[in-house]
Amino acid sequence: MLVSKTLLEVKNLKQYFPVKSGFKTIPLKAVDDVSFTINEGETLGLVGESGCGKTTVGRTLLHLYEPTAGEIIFDGEKVTKKNINRMRKKMQMVFQDPYSSLDPRMTVEDIIGEPLDVHKLYSNRKERREKVLELMNYVGLNSEHATRYAHEFSGGQRQRIGIARALAVDPKFIVCDEPVSALDVSIQAQVINMFEDLQAKLGVAYLFIAHDLLVVHHISKRIAVMYLGKIVEIADSDDLNANPLHPYTQSLLSAIPIPDPNITRSRKRIVLEGDVPSPLNMPTGCAFRTRCPYATEQCAKECPTLTDRGNGHMVACFNK
Amino acid sequence: MNKNPEYPKKKFLSAQIDLSKFAPATEEEKRQQDVMSESVTFFKDGMRRLFKNPLAVISIVLLSIVILTIIIAPMIVPYGYEEMLSVNGRRDKGAKNLAPFEYSEAEQKFIEEGGERFPHIFGTDEQCRDYFIRVVYGTRISLVVGIFASLIVLIIGMLIGSISGYFGGKVDLIIMRIVDIIYSLPDMLIIILLSVVLNEAIKFKPGTILADLGSNMISIFIVFGCLYWVSMARLIRGQILSIKENEYILAARSIGAKPGRIIRTHILPNCLSVIIISTALQVPSAIFTESYLSFIGLGVKAPMPSLGSLANAARSGLQSYPHKLIFPAIVICLIVLSLNLLGDGLRDAFDPKLKK
Repeated sequence: MLVSKTLLEVKNLKQYFPVKSGFKTIPLKAVDDVSFTINEGETLGLVGESGCGKTTVGRTLLHLYEPTAGEIIFDGEKVTKKNINRMRKKMQMVFQDPYSSLDPRMTVEDIIGEPLDVHKLYSNRKERREKVLELMNYVGLNSEHATRYAHEFSGGQRQRIGIARALAVDPKFIVCDEPVSALDVSIQAQVINMFEDLQAKLGVAYLFIAHDLLVVHHISKRIAVMYLGKIVEIADSDDLNANPLHPYTQSLLSAIPIPDPNITRSRKRIVLEGDVPSPLNMPTGCAFRTRCPYATEQCAKECPTLTDRGNGHMVACFNK
Repeated sequence: MNKNPEYPKKKFLSAQIDLSKFAPATEEEKRQQDVMSESVTFFKDGMRRLFKNPLAVISIVLLSIVILTIIIAPMIVPYGYEEMLSVNGRRDKGAKNLAPFEYSEAEQKFIEEGGERFPHIFGTDEQCRDYFIRVVYGTRISLVVGIFASLIVLIIGMLIGSISGYFGGKVDLIIMRIVDIIYSLPDMLIIILLSVVLNEAIKFKPGTILADLGSNMISIFIVFGCLYWVSMARLIRGQILSIKENEYILAARSIGAKPGRIIRTHILPNCLSVIIISTALQVPSAIFTESYLSFIGLGVKAPMPSLGSLANAARSGLQSYPHKLIFPAIVICLIVLSLNLLGDGLRDAFDPKLKK
């Protein structure tokens, strides 16, 4: 297989939010030292439970939040505050909630055409309209929908509008922030298949954020697992599914319902003890040690780093 | 009932499922599912509901009558607001304090001789001026003051409110403290002080509109501009704070839209209803302020009338000529009442939470 070019490289990305408690200001470590790469036309899945910083990673990549530290290198160029507007022509985002991510006062044509307006990608009204109709055609919307308002559509259709808006600038990379979690299962399948079709047709790369492992496994080539602002495991999606190394990944995978009673009866569900620690008051050493069945003294002292266990399977754990 | 004969008819009392209910829909039936109604914009929908509200419709009709009158009346009535009545080129000294539709002796003689004389609909005042045209001009002034003052408030309030709300943080903190300070100033006192100071400081070229209005009017505008924007700014800031949490604002930022564009195309259209309503309610309050300032003698400069100064002038002869107080008072009431009702109607029509 051809080794494709690295499109996006994230190095030691940190995103701390100041939280006021009384007179002190404590940093909330939403994303703490995250590094990964995405190749051209590839999909990286990002999973983790609610509040672990997945969405923050996605938003920080597009500089919707100014990163506290770390580097984002896109297409060989460092993304900074200065060149972000140019970068936003190549990087786009699809949002989680299709109900609040579309302006209720705009027609579909204006919503999809807005990126074209912002980056001045057309010379006259006719060209703009043609481009919008082409985009609507890409995502399976009829041209007669162009004059309607967002509230006249169903959730799946709204998400298609959001995707068309992201595609308008012809990006190389799209952050998909839980794009299907607000949709019905049957609609989820349609939208995910559409993501795959678009990738095959246009060659865009995705960072696919979700908390549904099955969805992520279906669409991604590689999967990164996050826990409390850190990536604990990155591997090829089949490899991760068959051979999870980090105890957190193991417990996540064991929680996936399998529609076969025989398998379900025989397999063991790994139930984690306790709750997720508050990100304001993180445990020392490994963040997962408070709930880890294999925790040792070393885990409390040092923080494990991602190490390669062969074949690109990276795990941050001392014991596995 | 059974349109498709190929499906067997269900027997009475049989537990069998009626197969005809599962027949594929015909083309005609499919068309019933099509959405036939036109796509309705938020604005059109609000307008439709506004016109269903009887109070709002009455107030719109009243306002249109008042506005049409003040536009058309000066073209029809042959008297000027500062013109003392005269018959055949000679001043008519007997036309003082006439009752409505009454003619002076000189005028009656003139009519008997075959002349045409336009009736004094509201009578005349003590300086032999036609009272109707004075009330019409007074209404003009009051409405213009009301609308301009509200526009000044709207523009300043919208600008500062949206900056404060959108950027938040330190900018917001500073602006809101300034707002707090301005809130704590007694506005009447400032208007009186300013009008005294401006009277000395500003000398307008005679004959211009500004000079006709007088420094008191200008000071009312300045005070409205300086003081009354705060409530509008607070209102808009609050709206923006809630609107900017929506994901479509984040989406616009991720597209690369600049703050000015986001405020213009996403935030302000979404709080438009609140802006329209509070502006509509601001107009009567400005008219009120102008009226009572004129009433205590700080309003427009004589001989330019305003509703408040007309009422003030009528006070001295209240027992003999009560109609001179009643006419401007009725007009003030009509304008303020109908604007308030219209504002209420607008709020009900555009508030999505009150939608039935």
